[in-house]
Amino acid sequence: MCLGLMLLSSSNPIFAQTSADDLTQYREMLINSNPADLYSAAGEEKWATPLGPNQVSLERCDLGLGAGKLEGAAARLPRYFRDTDRVQDLESRLMTCMSTLQGIPERTVIEAPFGSGPKKYMDEIVAYVASFSRGSAIEVRTDHPKEQAMYAMGKKAFYLQAGPYDFSCASCHSQDAKRIRLQELPNLTSHEGAAAAWGSWPAYRISNGQFWTMQHRLNDCLRQQRWPYPVYGSDLTIALSMYMAVNARGGVYQAPGLKR
Amino acid sequence: MKPFLGLISLIAVYALAQEPSDTEFNAMLQRSLRTEGIAVIQRMEQDPTQLFCSDHALISSPEGSKRAQEIQHSNFATITPPSDGVFIGDWKRGESIAQNGRGGTWSDSGKGVSGGGCYNCHQIDHKEIAYGNLGPSLWNYGKLRGYSKEVIQTTWNKLFNAKASQACSVMPRFGALHLLTEQQLQDLMGLLLDPRSPVNE
Repeated sequence: MCLGLMLLSSSNPIFAQTSADDLTQYREMLINSNPADLYSAAGEEKWATPLGPNQVSLERCDLGLGAGKLEGAAARLPRYFRDTDRVQDLESRLMTCMSTLQGIPERTVIEAPFGSGPKKYMDEIVAYVASFSRGSAIEVRTDHPKEQAMYAMGKKAFYLQAGPYDFSCASCHSQDAKRIRLQELPNLTSHEGAAAAWGSWPAYRISNGQFWTMQHRLNDCLRQQRWPYPVYGSDLTIALSMYMAVNARGGVYQAPGLKR
Repeated sequence: MKPFLGLISLIAVYALAQEPSDTEFNAMLQRSLRTEGIAVIQRMEQDPTQLFCSDHALISSPEGSKRAQEIQHSNFATITPPSDGVFIGDWKRGESIAQNGRGGTWSDSGKGVSGGGCYNCHQIDHKEIAYGNLGPSLWNYGKLRGYSKEVIQTTWNKLFNAKASQACSVMPRFGALHLLTEQQLQDLMGLLLDPRSPVNE
């Protein structure tokens, strides 16, 4: 009885450890059949398929390395784009391409619900583009003044407390080895934590069987923070992404990944 | 050589850390967020506690520790004792309030009562193994501290407004901001401080 109690109380951290180990094992098992790859495969086809009022494909989309250049492009986003004169992440840049090349207004994507229609199209394209950066180093820079400003904005937003629960991103993500229930929380103020977190999205989530881009991930964070609703691709989401990505610089871009 | 290099890295850090102006920052928030269900845009209006606790540099400065005292005082002033004078409610109901993490998000209706979400951050009854660790363990809470009037008062204060004792505590102000009802707070008190609660086994 006494031994049982001891085991119970001392096994709690071990349980958390085991659940992480199980996930690693599951990931290894699925390494050649990550459901995210299905999204990526669908994205490959959609990338080359004419769409929208202009009946044009996305093949000439410039993600920062030149029109149609995908190798390593995702690992360098967010970045400043001269044509739009703003810092953009992968999703917001793809919306620019859809709008300018295909004639699909950005609000068509912004207003669509997650997981279907234009957002599903976006998910697949994101998975496809991200697959060209898998294994490369995260190389997000702050050379341009607007990139520096975006980083500073993201840092300020990270610590901003608001809403009925007084939560900020930092409430949960500024210390090592913390959990909500059994969910491990990355310390996004550290290089290691930011690299592990930023580098693993977009990802397929086993727990809900959904593919999530970083935009979707941030949306659900802010929901649980009890904040108002973040507009898809808005500057707040890009600023927070910039903060994470710069902190993650030098880490490995592992996406499209697999998550609990 | 060394001080010179130090200066360069200091400049680099300064360039990165240069704060956006409040006007710029607020405009960015305004165009990035919108009302959805009960999660209204007015939630971004900060009270003095939130404003202070968002200022990372100020908190860790000497001026910050002075300011923290004032913040704690003003939060302390919000605390009221239970209207019926009963501090210890039903620990069984307390346990289900502690388990329930619903409430306050745009996907909640806002009708009905919210949960406390206590297990998100605390170990409480050790039979529940899915607990978070942002807050301290509350296992054997009363058994370890005793059941004195002082312990009861301190615990009530903590649940009612955690910012009264720690200006930038991560714990929500459950009583002061009406996140939980008085009855729910009493029931959580029971979970922690009823000698018959499994927490005090």
